[in-house]
Amino acid sequence: MNTEQFRYSGSTMVEKILAAKAGQAKVAPGDLVSVIVDLALGNDVTAPVAIREFKRFGLDRVYDPDRIVLVPDHFTPNKDIASAEQVKVVRLFADQQGIKHFYDVGRMGIEHALLPEKGLVWPGAVIIGADSHTCTYGALGAFATGVGSTDLAAAMAIGETWFKVPHTMRFEYKGTLAPWVSGKDLILFTIGQIGVEGARYRAMEFAGPVIDNLPMDGRLTMANMAIEAGGKCGYIQPDQITFDYLKGRVTRSYISVYSDQNAFYEKVFSYDVSNLEPQIAFPPSPDNVFPVSEAKNITLDQVVIGSCTNGRIDDLRVAASILKGKKVSPKIRLLVIPATQHIYSTALEEGLLKIFVDAEAAVSTPTCGPCLGGHMGILAKGEKALSTTNRNFVGRMGHPESEVYLCNPAVAAASAVAGRIVHPEEVS
Amino acid sequence: MNIEGIVWVLGDNIDTDAIIAARYLSTVVPEELAKHLMEDIWPEFPQLVKKGDLIVAGTNFGCGSSREHAPLAIKGAGVSCVVARSFARIFYRNAINIGLPILECDADLKALESGKDRLKVDLKSGLIFNLQNSDSYQSAPFPPFMQELIARGGLVEYVKSRLG
Repeated sequence: MNTEQFRYSGSTMVEKILAAKAGQAKVAPGDLVSVIVDLALGNDVTAPVAIREFKRFGLDRVYDPDRIVLVPDHFTPNKDIASAEQVKVVRLFADQQGIKHFYDVGRMGIEHALLPEKGLVWPGAVIIGADSHTCTYGALGAFATGVGSTDLAAAMAIGETWFKVPHTMRFEYKGTLAPWVSGKDLILFTIGQIGVEGARYRAMEFAGPVIDNLPMDGRLTMANMAIEAGGKCGYIQPDQITFDYLKGRVTRSYISVYSDQNAFYEKVFSYDVSNLEPQIAFPPSPDNVFPVSEAKNITLDQVVIGSCTNGRIDDLRVAASILKGKKVSPKIRLLVIPATQHIYSTALEEGLLKIFVDAEAAVSTPTCGPCLGGHMGILAKGEKALSTTNRNFVGRMGHPESEVYLCNPAVAAASAVAGRIVHPEEVS
Repeated sequence: MNIEGIVWVLGDNIDTDAIIAARYLSTVVPEELAKHLMEDIWPEFPQLVKKGDLIVAGTNFGCGSSREHAPLAIKGAGVSCVVARSFARIFYRNAINIGLPILECDADLKALESGKDRLKVDLKSGLIFNLQNSDSYQSAPFPPFMQELIARGGLVEYVKSRLG
């Protein structure tokens, strides 16, 4: 389809949001637009570089301190002196600039779990973050995408950024999900189908009856991993599940945006997922995906339940339902990391943390920690981990000769008990 | 502007963890980062790569994290240009923003020999010449907006010009 033909077709949700924020009636894929940024996010790894670049502008003040969010979550609580210095740079900058959305240890959470929880994400918003998993917020009907530190610096200076309007691919899921199958399995399956560059530069629209019934935590997991297919963003159009989640969190007014019936999609994928098993991404790539029944005799050294992908309360609940009254296999180290302080507190009230500790898991304060091989559970040479996180590249969680398998929280909990990768049915 | 140098050939889907592992992200100094460039997938790489050399890769170069440390490490090693069949989008933005020349080229350059073949790149026309056998390859030209970004010396200078 050429640009001329786009004039007569409808628009997708992303095209409409970008048009609105660029002050245009309509945009077409490939257009370069300068858009208003509603929120710009940085963490302890990316914000120090952004702050250094911001200083090159020679400005005293950021464009709007209330539209900036800073969350030191990667190497916090500070793992060493160097990371302590990095966080200090961010803390000082937040203080000097009057940035109120700065979340330090004890109040923080993993950024992509924290922002939705704090009501900082709303339908129709444009959010950029110097972290690739910023695409998570598409689950709430926002346009959200990862950028680098210099892009963050520029947005802090002028409150705008530039985008090339992406083509949109639509993914429809039909059927009924089997027990123990979740949003994580839908997205791993999808990445397995299209590959790690299957949606490169594309917006991924997730839809269909299965998505309509998917709880918010599962939706956030799906949008979170759009980047693992190369996507610019992943999104789900707002519905009652969205509005129920936003109620009491987002107090500002917003306008939900929807794709037109006659919107143009570059490609439409349709999957019947009734027979879908829990999915496992084998090392060393998130698209190396197999059903759990094909993961035979894979013994493990460490299991991680947490991260911006799967550290939310639903994830902890399903893991606890399996671990209740059981012990982690003596050869396994199980780490459970609630993604935010609020999730930690909820898990405490619900007795989930007691279940984990009694099962002989280690429960950590919120941190990205082991997901990116930062700290709190690094792998030795030759070790194997099963993890609810998002990447299993070479050396991702430690030694270059260690290996990471990705899965949903139920599979992780069950496998921690069994000592090898198993279907949750085997232990529950 | 012309670039000329020895090539180092990498495969498809070179991710940002491979370019610079997270354990080295507690510094923002390009020369420090460069000491660990590609270390986990090619331990000798930091010693092999010399100032002015080129990196040649397959599809989806720079996939994964948004860490600007990845192009900074490449720039810190003195690499003059990255030529790949395609780039992951955040890496693409980051490279342009920090002024690291990158080119998308459809030709299969994986047959080039690391540490031996030499390429000459004309950044303006996007033409790439193989100095070993006089083959030439055409890379995709940058859209005008990005040419302006590059011409101004990266995003910071571009934004400064807008701020007046």
